[in-house]
Amino acid sequence: MDFFSQIINGLGIGSIYALVALGYSMVYGIVQLINFAHGDIIMVGAYVVFVILIMMNLPLWLAVLGSILFCGLIGVVIERVAYHRLLVRDAPRISLLITAIGVSIFLQNLFQLLFGSDAKSMPKMFSFSPLQIGELQITSSTVLNILVSVVMMAGLQLMVSKMKIGKAMRATSEDAGAAKLMGINTNTTIAFTFGIGSALASAGAVLYCNTYPQIKPIMGGLLGLKAFVAAVLGGIGSIPGAMLGGYLLGVAESLTNAYISSNLTDAVVFGILIIVLLVKPAGLLGKNTREKV
Amino acid sequence: MLGISRRKKISYVVNLAIVILLYVVFTMLIRQGVVNSYYSDIINMMCINIIMAVSLNLVTGLLGQLVLGHAGFMLVGAYAAGLFTLHSGLPLPVAFPIALVLGGLVAALFGVIIGVPALRLKGDYLAIITLGFGEIIRVIANNLTITNGAKGLYGIDSLNSRHNLTAMFTYMFFIAVLTIFISFTFGTSRHGRAVISIREDEIAAEASGINTTYYKLLAFILAAFFAGVAGGLYAHQIGLIDPSKFDFNRSVEILVMVVLGGMGSITGSIISAGVLTVLPEALRGFASYRMLLYSVVLICVMLFRPTGLLGRSEFSLMKTADKIKGAVKGKKQDPASNKEG
Repeated sequence: MDFFSQIINGLGIGSIYALVALGYSMVYGIVQLINFAHGDIIMVGAYVVFVILIMMNLPLWLAVLGSILFCGLIGVVIERVAYHRLLVRDAPRISLLITAIGVSIFLQNLFQLLFGSDAKSMPKMFSFSPLQIGELQITSSTVLNILVSVVMMAGLQLMVSKMKIGKAMRATSEDAGAAKLMGINTNTTIAFTFGIGSALASAGAVLYCNTYPQIKPIMGGLLGLKAFVAAVLGGIGSIPGAMLGGYLLGVAESLTNAYISSNLTDAVVFGILIIVLLVKPAGLLGKNTREKV
Repeated sequence: MLGISRRKKISYVVNLAIVILLYVVFTMLIRQGVVNSYYSDIINMMCINIIMAVSLNLVTGLLGQLVLGHAGFMLVGAYAAGLFTLHSGLPLPVAFPIALVLGGLVAALFGVIIGVPALRLKGDYLAIITLGFGEIIRVIANNLTITNGAKGLYGIDSLNSRHNLTAMFTYMFFIAVLTIFISFTFGTSRHGRAVISIREDEIAAEASGINTTYYKLLAFILAAFFAGVAGGLYAHQIGLIDPSKFDFNRSVEILVMVVLGGMGSITGSIISAGVLTVLPEALRGFASYRMLLYSVVLICVMLFRPTGLLGRSEFSLMKTADKIKGAVKGKKQDPASNKEG
């Protein structure tokens, strides 16, 4: 029973990774950029919830909605200000990566300046009685995490496969030049992708605040890195892959915590990453692209 | 041919003279007390960062592969060197050079262990896997008893004392010079050209008979070795090392130096490593605003000069002198004689 509850716990934490990983995966799929600033969007989302809920004392739904809208907007703004010029000019990918790192440092320090570097405590936002299945008890936050992540993923998958903008996204990620020739506004599509990715990250942030009651300006670093590992694990560029990677990572983490040592969690996480990359470099659900001569 | 080699000779002599002059000036300043221990610490950190940046440039600039775990090699070198001086029982002036070489060798060994599997991948995947290895090294160092866990190693003696600040500086300076020299000669040697050909087009390089695995590994191990030596220097400079000093952010910091200076430009790495070590210190007056400014500078440089400040070109005294001469004479200068340090 203990083993199962560990797995369920892992799935709960993995859901947060999965939501954040979706953003990494979509952005990488479309512009081949490891967006290191993505982790810090979670932090921004968490602080927006903090400001609206605690400092302004407004209702919860407004905080959640505000956080999602604000992060989506921030995602688009960051793309326009920091990446757009490089993307249009087809600059070396490494300069794009360094810019992303620059944005990440900027966000961390801006929020440190605005709110101080100490941790802020968050109240439990959604609480209902834990789910009881036989002997197994599942906490409210775990239930919520899994539910929200599955719904979001289904919605995203639907959007990408059915809607016009989803089609544009797929076309742009396949071949941006050809997509442009077919009359797709690739710039809008890229900006939209950044926006959606950031909005998903902020949904992750809300769940994070609900699960762990503390936020600080540097919280995005490791969280982002792990979500990124999840995206790579599942196969970067694939939506179900990002989800699978997130869940696997969460379960691996919680099992390591329970049965090996909580000090070695990060080593196990990165160890899994290395093994997967060596055996299947494109990730578990990724497509293998053949190098052209 | 004779002309070229004479030009080369002159440039070697000129550069050697400048190196010695720089050393003499710095030691004089330190001896005279113009440079106090705070400034000399910054100068020493500058030398360490130059070694790190130049060595990473061997992989990122010359080989064209993105590595996000360079601090891991520094950690290995720092711990190997630190443990050696702590436990060898030899007097410090004897133990220190041995510790540095040992640190470099152990780091190079890790370079082999990590490089063999990792270099099968390329591009972003190589970056990710080196990131993973770097983090694993750090977590393991955090949990071993020999490394004293998260508390870190302390009490590593420094050659510096209150009265003698030049001892460490001598080591720092000449190891940095040696690293730069070896990197330059490696870059222009046959091996270096093979490595560059892999950067330009790996498939074409392989098709023309270059053993890509061997050359990739060679550049990787060389970079790891220098990073290990730099780690050894760092351990003895600071006297206290713990795993958190060699995390992902440190790797990023070094990568930023390389990219900002221009990938493939060793002089670019040297300049940006120097500037980026001093800049945060110089901005200390602004305290909380300095990292904000630092990140804005970083983003702006990347936006308006994506290839880095120097791109792939090297700054060379001889060329600059020629240019000035040419400008004075009003003649057009021939674009030959590249890469003369």
